[in-house]
Amino acid sequence: MLEQSVAIIARFMQQKAGIQLSANKIYMIEARLEAVVKRFGFAHIDALAASLPMAMGEVQQAVIDALTTNESFFFRDQKPFDAFEQALLPQAIARARDEDRKVRIWCAAAATGQEPYSLAMILAAKKHSWLHQGAEIVATDLSQTALSRAKSGLFTQFEVQRGLSAQQLVQHFTKIDEQWQIAPALQHMVQFEVHNLLHNPARLGQFDTIFCRNVLIYFDVETKRQILTHLARQLPPGGALVLGASETLVGVSDQFKPDPNLPMVFRRPE
Amino acid sequence: MKTCLIVDDSTVIRKVARRILEEIGFEVDEAEDGKEAFEKCAKNMPDSILLDWNMPVMSGLEFLKKLRSYVGGEMPKIVFCTTENDIGHIAMALKAGADEYMMKPFDREILEGKFLGLYQD
Repeated sequence: MLEQSVAIIARFMQQKAGIQLSANKIYMIEARLEAVVKRFGFAHIDALAASLPMAMGEVQQAVIDALTTNESFFFRDQKPFDAFEQALLPQAIARARDEDRKVRIWCAAAATGQEPYSLAMILAAKKHSWLHQGAEIVATDLSQTALSRAKSGLFTQFEVQRGLSAQQLVQHFTKIDEQWQIAPALQHMVQFEVHNLLHNPARLGQFDTIFCRNVLIYFDVETKRQILTHLARQLPPGGALVLGASETLVGVSDQFKPDPNLPMVFRRPE
Repeated sequence: MKTCLIVDDSTVIRKVARRILEEIGFEVDEAEDGKEAFEKCAKNMPDSILLDWNMPVMSGLEFLKKLRSYVGGEMPKIVFCTTENDIGHIAMALKAGADEYMMKPFDREILEGKFLGLYQD
């Protein structure tokens, strides 16, 4: 792969998705774009790169999808889900009750759906506590391909064995041929939409809690600030932002304060 | 150190599972079928058992039922590990007293996740 091609693809991803691709990602770029090269009939990856800036939207979207879709699994890291179940959800329900509205959760980097469906399983177990208000999860991602898979609610045998207990599998899934289909009741709790984190999310409305885990690491500091400003506007004072285990806001944003009692949880100041 | 008895008639599965479980800190023993596994448990009850379903002499399900009705046999955490990959078999295993269920083929991440998950508070 030519150096010039790497530069074109890196610039394209920076402009379209705000994502920084470093030079040491060449192997990943080649591996992930191989299918796009074949699908659209390019002679090789350099030909794809050369035509990328002027390419059809479909080709550009396929490149973005290929370079942004990351593997996910159910109840990843567990602790944020415990925090959600034990603290964030009860607080959200109390707030929603006071304001006579639905409980609203946003998964801002939903990928293939494991995170929003994990939250839906928690909501289902606590249904009695929010039934009067109602609850919804909005799951967004930049990748149309990932979201289509998420929306289908179909997972492979490997995927359902990562993070789910056998009890949860029996309770929430049925087997269709070689795949596992999540229960319609859980699917109906989640609304999927394509959304670019660089864009203003006002159309999505206000949320009680936002999960945006393991995604800010792909952006430079300025872009992180921009995204965090967008996220902060969608949360009320005291609302919670949940980040990945290795992510910090020190030196990046003063719009959130770490919750002293809940790991990976950051709050809008009251 | 937690102990684990791997019960499977496949030497390959026993070898692969042993390597992974030892790497995450388990002391491992092996048995080729349910009968041998029960004899080992009667002498020295392990903390956990990785259990195949289809085996000669005594199947995994027969072993599980027999173990759970034996004094001290309620103690080990049991993870089924089998090619039986439908809801009916999983539900049957859970009802018989299995703690977890793993469908073959599995990978390192799945096996580690299931066993480390057994001992989370």
